[in-house]
Amino acid sequence: MAKSKLEGRKVTFHDMCLRDGMHAKREQISVEQMVEIATALDRANVPMLQVTHGAGLGGNSIQHGRALASNAEYISAVAEKMTQATVSVLLIPGLGTMHELDEAYAAGARSVHVATHSTEADTSPQHIAHARKLGMDTTGFLMMAHLNDAAGLVEQGKLMESYGAQTIYVTDSAGYMLTDDVTDAITRLRDALNPETEIGFHGHHNLGLGVANSIAAIAAGASRIDASVAGLGAGAGNAPLEVLAAVCDRMGIVSGVDTFALMDMAEEIIVPLMDHVVRVDRESLTLGFAGVYSTFLLPAKRASARFGVPARDILIELGRQKMIGGQEDMIQDTAMTMARERGLLDAAE
Amino acid sequence: MKKIKCALIGSGNIGTDLIYKIRRSEVLEPVWMVGIDAESEGLKRARDMGLKTTADGVDGLLAHVEADDIQIAFDATSAYVHAENSRKLNALGVMMIDLTPAAIGPLCVPPVNLREHAEKLEMNVNMISCAGQATIPIVNAVSSVQPVAYAEIIAGLASKSVGQGTRANLDEFTYTTSNALVKVGGARNGKALAVINPAEPPMIMRNTIYCETDDTPDQAAITASLLAMITEVQKYVPGYRLVNGPIFEDNLVSVFMEVAGLGDYLPTYAGNLDIMTAAATRTAEMFASEILAGKLTLKPVEAA
Repeated sequence: MAKSKLEGRKVTFHDMCLRDGMHAKREQISVEQMVEIATALDRANVPMLQVTHGAGLGGNSIQHGRALASNAEYISAVAEKMTQATVSVLLIPGLGTMHELDEAYAAGARSVHVATHSTEADTSPQHIAHARKLGMDTTGFLMMAHLNDAAGLVEQGKLMESYGAQTIYVTDSAGYMLTDDVTDAITRLRDALNPETEIGFHGHHNLGLGVANSIAAIAAGASRIDASVAGLGAGAGNAPLEVLAAVCDRMGIVSGVDTFALMDMAEEIIVPLMDHVVRVDRESLTLGFAGVYSTFLLPAKRASARFGVPARDILIELGRQKMIGGQEDMIQDTAMTMARERGLLDAAE
Repeated sequence: MKKIKCALIGSGNIGTDLIYKIRRSEVLEPVWMVGIDAESEGLKRARDMGLKTTADGVDGLLAHVEADDIQIAFDATSAYVHAENSRKLNALGVMMIDLTPAAIGPLCVPPVNLREHAEKLEMNVNMISCAGQATIPIVNAVSSVQPVAYAEIIAGLASKSVGQGTRANLDEFTYTTSNALVKVGGARNGKALAVINPAEPPMIMRNTIYCETDDTPDQAAITASLLAMITEVQKYVPGYRLVNGPIFEDNLVSVFMEVAGLGDYLPTYAGNLDIMTAAATRTAEMFASEILAGKLTLKPVEAA
């Protein structure tokens, strides 16, 4: 008897611990820790892993926090230790530049997620074309996908494909998408994109759907899935890679990774490294419920502590205003405005 | 009263909004609009507004410069074609206001350094970027009180207000603005970030400015300097407004601004468009006043 309807389907896992996980660690993962984690992923036969500041190339900033090392230092330290895994980077136009992509390539990165908000694909043509010119495996990464409908995602995906992207991702940055939404978006993309263009899915676990949505994406035609060991990522984390790998094993989906090695890694390396337990809690659930960029979690908690407005209230307000990735400055701004309205702040301040 | 006649190159959002701004000026008059597509909305609109138009690019304008006494041209095309446009028009003695990221000429932020450029009779001045116009006055207000090691700005823009040229060349926007935070803002290092948000109704242009000072910030002096600078910018962009801050945390000064436009061509949310066109117009007015007062005579620039 077949293990599942998807038995024999092939999928490429892309680990996010050392990029999305940087958000959960407030960018404070050391070069040594990165090398240790990457080496364990490489040994567990994970084929791709992303290494940068949480906000990607150009991310070191007041807005997004300063990491312990430069992106080039992280990438080169990791890349030289890899025996089979490809090192990728994140590049968000408006923050990262082609100059920084050149640096990342020189340091050993060979794949890139060129990321735009789900309606703004036309800010990426230079960067996608440049990545292709460098010979990098190039993905167009449509963030906050829940803020566009399936037809719109198809249109944006086609644009990125036309610039040269070889893979198009549906990126559920807020962990807001329901399983049917994922199925619908991926199915339509699969119909519309060139057959040789791959489709990917990047989930967040804010509604506890990280694994289920990833499986739905595979069923609808996605062949690349972002996940991270023990879910180390923004908000309630990404789809936990070891859990996803175990489910795929049971279903007969072929990923090539060593599930037990990933389980050991989650227990022995990643969980002990966490500053807080990355899980669905009141605030991360609020992200998924209200459709808020997962990275806003920790800055909202800090603004809450500083200005006395509950983090959940701040997050709900940011969701209402439809703030998107990159607008981290608006967290403090919104918290201050709310605090003033509530009489918690001197009007002159 | 006599007015200085102007040509507008580029019939997109910026060029069109400039028509409104220049028409209101007491010293400037919009005469020509230069495009590259005879059927474009922008050229049609310019014709409807009474301007002469050409769809042959800047070459279509050159033959008319002398007869129509064009003395100032605004270039709102792209960094790639600006150099050529500037060379051709400068050779005829036309002064260029560059609204592209080309930045061949000195960078201009009116309340910071416009007078200096006018005194030097510059034949090409660059307006940097919308984010630059919105944030550099604040950086300069802080750096004029005490040394700023690093300035970082985040421009939040409504998707509907960002034209194709900016979208396709976001890196140029980043480089030009970052550089200007140093050169004009007075910070030792600078970084500019742009975020394009598609929310409906469109978000008003937002700018956050972070300055890291070498020493403990002098809170009272910085606050006073900022408020004075905001008043200066409000003279040409009335919707330039402090939303939150300045707030001080160790050596970090944070300022949260918004810019509402006048709603001329695009609605008021597009403050990014307004602050650029208003700054360009103010710059042109300064030069025009000098010309009209007989203090400045534009001369052809020999091709190098």
